[in-house]
Amino acid sequence: MHMADALISPAVGGTMLVVSAGVAAYSIKKIKSELDEKKIPLMGVLGAFVFAAQMINFAIPATGSSGHLGGGLLLAIMLGPYAGFLTMSSILLIQALFFGDGGLLAYGSNVFNLGFFTCFIAYPYIYKWFTRKGLSSKSIFNGSMISAIFGLQLGAFGVVLETLLSGKTELPFRTFVMLMQPMHLAIGVVEGLVTAAVVTFIWKARPEIMEKAALGQALGRIQIKKVVTGLLIAMIFIGGAFSWFASANPDGLEWSLEKVTGTAELEAEGNIYRVLSDFQQKTAFLPDYSFKTDEDAVDLGSGDAWPAVDAGTSISGFVGGAMTLALASLIGFAVSLFKKRKRVASA
Amino acid sequence: MSHHKLEVKNLHFSYPDGHEAVKNMSFTIYHGESVGIIGANGAGKSTLLMLIMGIIFPDGGEILLGDVHVTKKTLSMVRQRLGMVFQDPDDQLFMTSVYDDVAFGPRNYNLDEEEVENRVNYALEMVGIAHLRDRAPYKLSGGEKRAAAVASVLSLQPDMLIMDEPTSALDPKARRRIIHLLNSFEHTKIITSHDLDMILDTCQRVLVIRQGEIIADGKTLEVLSNEELLDAYGLETPLSLQNCPKCGSLKG
Amino acid sequence: MSNIMSALSDLRLLDNLARGKTFIHRINPLVKLLTTVVYLTVVVSFGRYEISSLLTFIFYPVLIFALAELPVTPILKKVLFVQPLIIGIGILNPIFDSHSVLLGDIAVSRGWITFLAIFIKSGLTVTVSILLIATTGMDRLAAALRMLKIPKIFVLQLILTYRYISVLMEEVHRMLRAYSLRAPGQKGVQRNHWGSFAGQLLLRTFDRAQRVYQSMSLRGFNGEYHTGKSAKLGLIDFAYFSGWSIFFILARIYDIPVLMGSLLIGVMK
Repeated sequence: MHMADALISPAVGGTMLVVSAGVAAYSIKKIKSELDEKKIPLMGVLGAFVFAAQMINFAIPATGSSGHLGGGLLLAIMLGPYAGFLTMSSILLIQALFFGDGGLLAYGSNVFNLGFFTCFIAYPYIYKWFTRKGLSSKSIFNGSMISAIFGLQLGAFGVVLETLLSGKTELPFRTFVMLMQPMHLAIGVVEGLVTAAVVTFIWKARPEIMEKAALGQALGRIQIKKVVTGLLIAMIFIGGAFSWFASANPDGLEWSLEKVTGTAELEAEGNIYRVLSDFQQKTAFLPDYSFKTDEDAVDLGSGDAWPAVDAGTSISGFVGGAMTLALASLIGFAVSLFKKRKRVASA
Repeated sequence: MSHHKLEVKNLHFSYPDGHEAVKNMSFTIYHGESVGIIGANGAGKSTLLMLIMGIIFPDGGEILLGDVHVTKKTLSMVRQRLGMVFQDPDDQLFMTSVYDDVAFGPRNYNLDEEEVENRVNYALEMVGIAHLRDRAPYKLSGGEKRAAAVASVLSLQPDMLIMDEPTSALDPKARRRIIHLLNSFEHTKIITSHDLDMILDTCQRVLVIRQGEIIADGKTLEVLSNEELLDAYGLETPLSLQNCPKCGSLKG
Repeated sequence: MSNIMSALSDLRLLDNLARGKTFIHRINPLVKLLTTVVYLTVVVSFGRYEISSLLTFIFYPVLIFALAELPVTPILKKVLFVQPLIIGIGILNPIFDSHSVLLGDIAVSRGWITFLAIFIKSGLTVTVSILLIATTGMDRLAAALRMLKIPKIFVLQLILTYRYISVLMEEVHRMLRAYSLRAPGQKGVQRNHWGSFAGQLLLRTFDRAQRVYQSMSLRGFNGEYHTGKSAKLGLIDFAYFSGWSIFFILARIYDIPVLMGSLLIGVMK
């Protein structure tokens, strides 16, 4: 599933963007060192293939429903992890821009959830392990199935964590996990089945493609461990820096990390947020600024950071909101009308 | 201008699976000639073109462009002088605008951007689609795509044009336009096709290929009116050379 | 199958719109990209309960629509198309947060407020992303990425993917039509054809990639992608970027609708 901009906070989005850019830069370096310029058009055209293949409805036996391909695992198998990751990245960028699927701020998260876990975890550790003794229908099936499921579970968990850290949903951690993981189990099974079917077909029809794909992508164990550790450290540092910057800048953007509070599962972090949020309150410079928790506020809740809402402010909000919308539409119509007149006049 | 001569000597090529696609072919194409290459499906036309362009290399024999052997070392020079137009323009127009596609070649040879622009404009005007320069290739009609693909090669200012099935999948008018276009070029041309009427309209000379061998090489009109020869090799006399189906009277 | 055609017509629509020649279209693509990113960051930085100040941010898309002469209905339809996903997640907020708060004299569930905030944000962010591409187009966006020093390999690969989406989608469309004509009354591709159906397409894709590579290398490609000159940044571009950014940040700090509302109420009193 794609993360949307509306569900992510700038701190989480920014962190994931930096991290994914790092993985992409590393992958580009790796591809350049392979010196295989044939791979570039192949990556491009296979990216388009994934778009087209996503349009195919695969009827799922005995359910009456149909599923479709995500494509990340297939790309990793056909292109190797580095080229697969880059191809997935450009697919996600086009989806975000042209189809509103995922967003620009959430782009880093989506690349990480759908590209990194598949290409750098599921593929090298699971698929490659199953097919280590050579390809057979059975090893392809098991490898595809398990790595598709595992990759999507990690991706789904990534979505859960990123959304909760962004603090845009009220869902408790446990409920969210219980919702996302089983749903992605089903998606993973379809992904695994379709990937296995396609890979087996290619392997039987044109074995040389699979041989070529398997070449030049020996992924040293140590290397990937280094990469993962490096990423974790980077994520913590960048995330920390972003949040610190955010909370230390009262007049700047209000990065919403500190908004996550109250859920028992995130209690540990909750304390940090409380501190940050206190800091924010002390430094808020507009007295009636709506972030600031006011003890007298009508708040029937648990002491969440509910903004100060008095009758006056909320009526002003209603009236002002209506005025804003009216003004925006008025300006829009006026400009359009003006432009139309000009076009007619010049025609 | 001897360096415009293309010489193929005892050329031989077989695919890794053992299929012998080109067997002992020899011919010479001189400056300014237009040569059609015809043959049934699988006769070896495409393999021959790929060998000439240096996409694959022969197991025997040689190809000379002027005095230069086509080898890995000379590829960059050879490819600047031979321009190949692919059968499916979608394979050749891979950028997001016609302009960028036509500019792709010149930019790869590190020409400065002013020169690139001159060449693009010149090439687009030559094929008559200057007005399409900012369009996305996938939105062009079949004929426009074909013209754009030709322009993408002309911008490299080659001495020789090599065209694979330039009229396939075109409607009659677009086909006619491409024929006019081809005839307007002064380049040396090699054209493969099943469209024998087009070959008749554009080429003075024709090579007939069958199972990797040249079985006829001569003036187009003579070869294409040899019904027996054509029939034996899975080809057909061009319509324009056939007797009138209504009255049976002989044409031209 | 119809979703292929609608996806294709979406792509074409955006491509056609991007060929416009208005003031907005002529703004440097990098500046438009950065303005969009600032906008998204600011909109998304709003807390869960803030709705009134969010409304100020509608000015930006409205002005782009009007100045770039874009058709409102088809673009908003695209935006609405992705909203169900957001609604799916956001609708759970009222269930999990049933605390009610008083807005004046009316009691409202807090979950509904957060839901509404997510809904508005999603509408704004998706609209603005689509407006970026509808006024810029893929080629100029790629140029913007180059100006950001994104490696050429990635940009070239992105362009190629974009270019071949329509070619391959049309191919799938033809394949599905042929399939459905011989498999009447079936919903989707049957299990035993999964591998061969998608696999055939994949094989042809490999062949096409091979031909594309050949046609590239015949024109001198050797792994290095050369772009033309990138458009220079002019004074107008700087003004455009800073103007909008200042507006976004001011609108973020001051709750303009509330200020306007209190002003109006104050005047009336």
